[in-house]
Amino acid sequence: MEYLIGIQGPDFVLVAADSVAASSIIKMKDDHDKMFKLSDNILLLCVGEAGDTVQFAEYIQKNVQLYKMRNGYELSPTAAANFTRKNLADYLRSRTPYHVNLLLAGYDQADGPALFYMDHLSALAKAPFAAHGYGAFLTLSILDRYYKPGGWTGEQDASLLSILNKRFILNLPSFNVRAIDKEGVHDLEKVCVIPSDGRVSSNTPPPPPPPPPPCLLVFFIHFVR
Amino acid sequence: MALEDFCSFRNNPHLWTPASLLPPLQNPASSTPGIPKHNHSGRRRSELSNKDDGPPLHLSLPPASAARCLMPTVRRPFPLTHGTTTLGFVFQGGVIAAADTRASAGGLVACPEVHKIIPVHSHLVVTSSGSGADCVLWARALEREIRLYRLRHGRVLSVRGTAKLLAFMLHPFKGTDVCVALTLCGWDQGPNGGPRDGVDQGSAGSSGDATATEALIRIEGTSPAPGHVTQSPVSEQSGLSSSSSSSSSSSSSSSPYSISSTSSTAREGPKVIYVCSDGARLQGELFSVGSGSPYAYGILDGGLRWTLSREEAFSLAREAVFRATHRDAYSGNNVDLVYITEKGWSRRDREDLKEEYYTRKEEIGKIVEERCRKTD
Repeated sequence: MEYLIGIQGPDFVLVAADSVAASSIIKMKDDHDKMFKLSDNILLLCVGEAGDTVQFAEYIQKNVQLYKMRNGYELSPTAAANFTRKNLADYLRSRTPYHVNLLLAGYDQADGPALFYMDHLSALAKAPFAAHGYGAFLTLSILDRYYKPGGWTGEQDASLLSILNKRFILNLPSFNVRAIDKEGVHDLEKVCVIPSDGRVSSNTPPPPPPPPPPCLLVFFIHFVR
Repeated sequence: MALEDFCSFRNNPHLWTPASLLPPLQNPASSTPGIPKHNHSGRRRSELSNKDDGPPLHLSLPPASAARCLMPTVRRPFPLTHGTTTLGFVFQGGVIAAADTRASAGGLVACPEVHKIIPVHSHLVVTSSGSGADCVLWARALEREIRLYRLRHGRVLSVRGTAKLLAFMLHPFKGTDVCVALTLCGWDQGPNGGPRDGVDQGSAGSSGDATATEALIRIEGTSPAPGHVTQSPVSEQSGLSSSSSSSSSSSSSSSPYSISSTSSTAREGPKVIYVCSDGARLQGELFSVGSGSPYAYGILDGGLRWTLSREEAFSLAREAVFRATHRDAYSGNNVDLVYITEKGWSRRDREDLKEEYYTRKEEIGKIVEERCRKTD
């Protein structure tokens, strides 16, 4: 039900997470932020079991900040990812594992943009694009088809979220989007998705009652360098 | 204290922390300021920091539910449910907390007159749902901790801090049968004001205390420290974003609270925070918890606006609880309403919903009669 996605561009990383915090069938919050800022250049996106996500993510966040305080310089994204992985792995075979799925995105001055995929079994992989959640089943194939290293522009982004809207049975109405480049983390416009045209096909359920304020149709802001 | 006796804390401290990893308790004066000596959340220190002098070298996680595996689950005599409707929301006049008063045990109404809204201090109340016993226990434990904090630091902990403290207290019990879902509804005072409960204000603590509290404030992750990203209202926008100024309004375009989006990030003002025994900790503008919550959400989502007057907010909260108790079998009897403002919390009289129901039925009956007479 939760969804994370990250895409590495030529000199930036684009990450998005849905913004629903749910408890069984109820959306407790629809503007929940699942991204944790580890440093000026690193973001950790964390989904999974209710309390574990925040506990684990804040633990990593505070330790990364502590490292900077003690040593005077920040951890690189690679180091932060490996640190996270080690902690997750240490708890994995304890009696109390943390059930969290993570994306770690960062920009290193020396190495450039980096995106790391980590799952609850603490498997770590550096990847050009990655996603978590049921939505990943639907969006990874689009990324496989259209992604070219150094060539991700913005036009394909629209298709990513619209496929979720079209095919995914659970509504993910809004997403937080951020981009990391050499200047740091930028908040991009929050994306709301509504069924386009209000068209009802025989496969989809009837459209929900119209949302009161106008929502944006799906689009991403892309960087033009 | 009673809580320690109840949990056999003194007899069996090893049940509360993984003993292999816990160093022998040192001189409490040298431990990290603010963390009590008998730490019921059982913080585990890593092997690196065996000495207690100075801050810990390695920030330690609370042992993730050591209790999960050490305490065998006792079979319940009857099924426990979240049989309740509670809600809390903020509006321009403060915070409203409302709840029904029924305690159910399976299909039996165990008690029709329970207090589900429990004050913690003069500017904070807790609405409880879940297992009744657990809620009372944890509300008392929270009250104790907040009181101890105030005595040690000379100021009251913010609502966010209280929520975080509660979440950390509940974390070791994740996976056990502890079932609490508490909504903290309170008002954060500025530095000049301060909740009162008969303790000296002591606004000027010693410098040592001040740094300790500041350290605690920063750890909570409020801006400007690099904390949770939602908290920073100032964010760099890409130059292309033509509606950069509307980022805050677009983020709140899905909620009617575009004005109040700053109140949730401000240090002062009304706050509603939901904490649950799974570990979830959510700050927001409206929460409803319990078996009757979907019905309450239906009423609240339709009628809630920031600009409600106080009377309108009361009637909305009452209506939501009333409708939920009508439909939900496990909620009912009366409705309690508490509102919290800058000056503290105050309680409205408990209202019997049975009478409310019959009054409304009469009114509808009259309207139907009128209509029949007019059409005749």
